[in-house]
Amino acid sequence: MIALRRFLSGGWLRAYAFLYVVFLYLPVIFLPIFSVNTAATPKFPLTGFTLHWYQDLPRTPALLDAAWNSLIVGVSAAVLSTLLGILAARSITRYRYPGRSTIHGLIMAPLVLPEVIVAISMLLVMLQLGLSLSLFTVVLGHVLVCIPYSMTVLTSGFEGFDRSLEEASADLGESAFGTFRRVTLPMVAPAIISSLLVCFTISLDEFIIAFFLTGTEATLPIYIWGQLRFAAKLPGVLALGTLLLVASFLLMTVAEILRRRAAGRTQNEGGLYA
Amino acid sequence: MTAAVEGSPSLRMTRARRNALLQSEPVQGLALISPTFIYALILLVLPILVVIAHSFWTQHYLTIDRTFTLENYRVALTEPIYRDLLWRSLYISLTVSLLTVLLAYPIAYFISFHGGRHKSLWLFLITIPFWTSYLLRVMSWKVILGYNGVLNSGLMGLGVIDEPSTALLYNSSAVIITLTHAWAAFAILPIFVSLEKVDRTLVEAATDLGDGPLRSFLRVTLPLSAPGIISASLIVMIPTVGDYVTPKLVGGKDGVMIANAIQAQFGKASNWPLGAALSVTTMLVVTLMAGATVLIIRALQRLAR
Repeated sequence: MIALRRFLSGGWLRAYAFLYVVFLYLPVIFLPIFSVNTAATPKFPLTGFTLHWYQDLPRTPALLDAAWNSLIVGVSAAVLSTLLGILAARSITRYRYPGRSTIHGLIMAPLVLPEVIVAISMLLVMLQLGLSLSLFTVVLGHVLVCIPYSMTVLTSGFEGFDRSLEEASADLGESAFGTFRRVTLPMVAPAIISSLLVCFTISLDEFIIAFFLTGTEATLPIYIWGQLRFAAKLPGVLALGTLLLVASFLLMTVAEILRRRAAGRTQNEGGLYA
Repeated sequence: MTAAVEGSPSLRMTRARRNALLQSEPVQGLALISPTFIYALILLVLPILVVIAHSFWTQHYLTIDRTFTLENYRVALTEPIYRDLLWRSLYISLTVSLLTVLLAYPIAYFISFHGGRHKSLWLFLITIPFWTSYLLRVMSWKVILGYNGVLNSGLMGLGVIDEPSTALLYNSSAVIITLTHAWAAFAILPIFVSLEKVDRTLVEAATDLGDGPLRSFLRVTLPLSAPGIISASLIVMIPTVGDYVTPKLVGGKDGVMIANAIQAQFGKASNWPLGAALSVTTMLVVTLMAGATVLIIRALQRLAR
């Protein structure tokens, strides 16, 4: 009984939580470890430290092309989905109207649908419309899957936003656009930047939709997928993967800090002036 | 003069009403959300309708015959290969959602009830690996479970086994392990949110009235967190049924899932209508399974109270 009480009061739970975090991180840690190992196959014991695999990366033209493609797709998808996300998040947090939750649900749906089915259905429509597959079609697909994440980040930034500030601005003679630019935008800017970073990261890491919707141009995940067939190329892939991991990690940390700041800002100032 | 400037009273009324309508909440709200909504209609709803339409057509080499037929569904449901793949996909996704929820619940409980000041730090720690590329996480499991992989070479180094085990990679257990790891964060968040909503005074009341910690957990906390358990199961179950990367990388022959068959119909086999019918069948079956899961959890919740 005492053991049980201790279990429920956190001692064992804490140990379990630590183990769980280890379980979450452990697999990912092996990528960087074997990317600096001299042996070509990832196995223990480690044979020695080398940066050889990293030095080879910039000398691979196909890889540089893929990185450039990923950058273009990521930036376009981030900007477009954040723009669409701003409109929708503003509408959801600011207005009440019939059909609101249905529309919201539809926009969030790509989050819970099997990605393969989303990808092949878009592929069918694009082929029927006579669109040739290219990076543009990949951007279209990425925007669809990024919008739900953008919405989540932006709604948490827009919620608790004090509407009286905007009303005050309008009362003082500012136009609707002027109010948005000089009052609303500065307050929600961190949330917007956070959404841009989140969407860029998702697009950078996204594989399935890019795999189905691209023509001949590869993004980084597609390049990695192609390289996985060759066992000898594995260390190079691990090095590239490590760089992607670090990039995603940094981008998401910055995004999270900004999102918190945005949520804090709208709520604090609301509280201060209310 | 005044009348001429302001127009007839009735005209003024309609104009005022029109202005009021244009400035009313519903119209402004709908106008604002319409670009995003239309985008989702064109790139999500329309494509799914097109897939449903295709599933009733027939492929003739390069052209598609648009006469209505249920032949694709007959093939999808009765051909042993597709039936087996569908069953295996359902079994894998059900196992994965059960495992993720079971493993995630104690963590969500710990963060919500004992997280203290570090709640948001814990949540951040747990969600970060999830933001790294899914492809890379699957790849790292391949590195771990492979014949020459981390686990085999580690176990051999420790003297536990004499030669590498082939039982680790290229089967459905490898797929289950990888997916359980990949979806962990998705299960923790909804459970955490629902645990945060549990009124702590109710738990105290149960304890005051003589319930032990286990009883008060089973009769108060657990049933009240059922909505979180439901959304966690669904959020894991529905996407994993259609997973393509994991079976392809770590599944081998025994771990092939329905998404691989769907992809083949749109690629090599080039039979779009059959691929469409397989997609629609998968969606319908997983919806049924999700519905059943919701009903079962709700029934258990009622029993517990």
